[in-house]
Amino acid sequence: MPSIISIRGVSKTYASGLTALKSVNLDIHQGEILALLGPNGAGKTTLISIVCGIVNKSTGSVLVDGHDNVSDYRITRRLIGLVPQELHLSIFEKVWDTVRFSRQLYGKPHDDAYLEKILKQLSLWEKKDAKIMTLSGGMKRRVLIAKALAHEPRILFLDEPSAGVDVELRQDMWRVVRALRDTGVTIILTTHYIEEAEDLADRVGVINKGELILVEDKHALMDKLGQKQLTLELLKPLAKLPRKLAAYGLELAAQGKELVYRYDARNARHSMAEVLQALSAAKIAFGDLRTEQSTLEDIFMGLVKR
Amino acid sequence: MNWYGIWAIYRYEMARFFRTLGQSLVSPVISTVLYFVVFGAAIGSRIQDVSGVSYGAFIVPGLIMLSLLTQSISNASFGIYFPRFSGTIYEYLAAPVSALEMVLGFVGAAATKSIFIGLVILATSAFFVPFHVAHPLWMALFLLLTAITFSLFGFIIGLWADGFEKLQIIPLLIMTPLTFLGGSFYPISILPPFWHTVSLFNPVVYLVSGFRWSFNEVADVHVGVSLAMTLFFLGLCLAIVQWMFNTGYRLKN
Repeated sequence: MPSIISIRGVSKTYASGLTALKSVNLDIHQGEILALLGPNGAGKTTLISIVCGIVNKSTGSVLVDGHDNVSDYRITRRLIGLVPQELHLSIFEKVWDTVRFSRQLYGKPHDDAYLEKILKQLSLWEKKDAKIMTLSGGMKRRVLIAKALAHEPRILFLDEPSAGVDVELRQDMWRVVRALRDTGVTIILTTHYIEEAEDLADRVGVINKGELILVEDKHALMDKLGQKQLTLELLKPLAKLPRKLAAYGLELAAQGKELVYRYDARNARHSMAEVLQALSAAKIAFGDLRTEQSTLEDIFMGLVKR
Repeated sequence: MNWYGIWAIYRYEMARFFRTLGQSLVSPVISTVLYFVVFGAAIGSRIQDVSGVSYGAFIVPGLIMLSLLTQSISNASFGIYFPRFSGTIYEYLAAPVSALEMVLGFVGAAATKSIFIGLVILATSAFFVPFHVAHPLWMALFLLLTAITFSLFGFIIGLWADGFEKLQIIPLLIMTPLTFLGGSFYPISILPPFWHTVSLFNPVVYLVSGFRWSFNEVADVHVGVSLAMTLFFLGLCLAIVQWMFNTGYRLKN
């Protein structure tokens, strides 16, 4: 896939001496949804601020659609829309005026029909004449999205889009994000809600302490790092694990009432059938079984703790 | 050039002005009226003519300059500081708007507002003292250059300030003494020699002198010197703004 953003060796040390990013390399593919995961203070916002031109980088280069984001800033910034993390809005303004302002600021002539379409898509049309100060937090976030889309960008950055947003609105926003992706917009979102990345993203990048630890296709990542677990509920509790079964890597749990078999999705040491056969040979009966798969959250915690 | 962008910034800033038009105009007009009552009528009637000009008419250009300077600084500094304070600055920084375009939008709007106020004060003055403008074009030129220069200066303060206190401190600590010692109310020639020399280091002297010359051809320094000093200060402010944007000072670091 062609990359629309290419980040090479980007680092940032703030005037305060804080090093927020350490030589980050990242290619963002055209048309994908990339989720950047990381704990607070990991450098996610700094990275996207550098791409968007809000923060000067200390070293490295950023190419957007082949153009340098400093020397060709007029071209690259027109391609990008940014939804900031905080609700930075002029509260005395009306929704319609602020969205029109954004479009003009990006050097685009009026196109009220387009702005109407966006506001309707974001369920903001009824509020177009409302002052921003009268809107709820969720509505304000939608206004920020509308502002970011006002100049028809091909790339959209969403910095923590669901921070402080209720479940319903979050679902609503994900629907909007998917609809945008379907129109060909490349979307980069930062989040520390793992389920957001799991639900939305095509690829996942993990940032910790200013370093990009990995970037992977979401499914590949979960396959590669995901653990599966088979739990068998025994009819009779076992005091001790028979020696034969220990060789299979089985463990006793719940005071001997359960047998647990943990395995990597790809490289299971023994097939499930082998394990079950061994159980039957040892005459251990079970009443029920369940399997669980590790979530991105587990994977993420595993990576960040390293 | 991103003309739409400049226009968007300019219009947004002007909209803020018109939203609070009453407040924006009332305070400078009231203070000017007070100056005329105190200096023009009460004290002025006991003061001799200055170079053949009545004292009331003599202080008109000075009073307009006084408002023009303070209004330019406060409009421009607040205009750029407030988005920094509220966080909405992100949008200006992420937009394809150059430093020059941002300056044109913000400073252009601040200068427009202060010129507007300057003209209102000029009109107000006409109710109190008869005066006449000998060189209207020069007057317009000094009005424009001063408004732009001090709006730029205000813009610099708005970029530099990291709190509302700092936003106030420069106008209070530096501009008030400079304007009062800048010959708004008296010709600097009446000062003792030492203070006369000190005054020549005050840029406001040149602005007031040039502006006053355009009214009644009374000046502390030659009008050419006034113009040159005004342009010099304008260039200095432009250079500082350019440096701030190039280095990302207080904006992108």
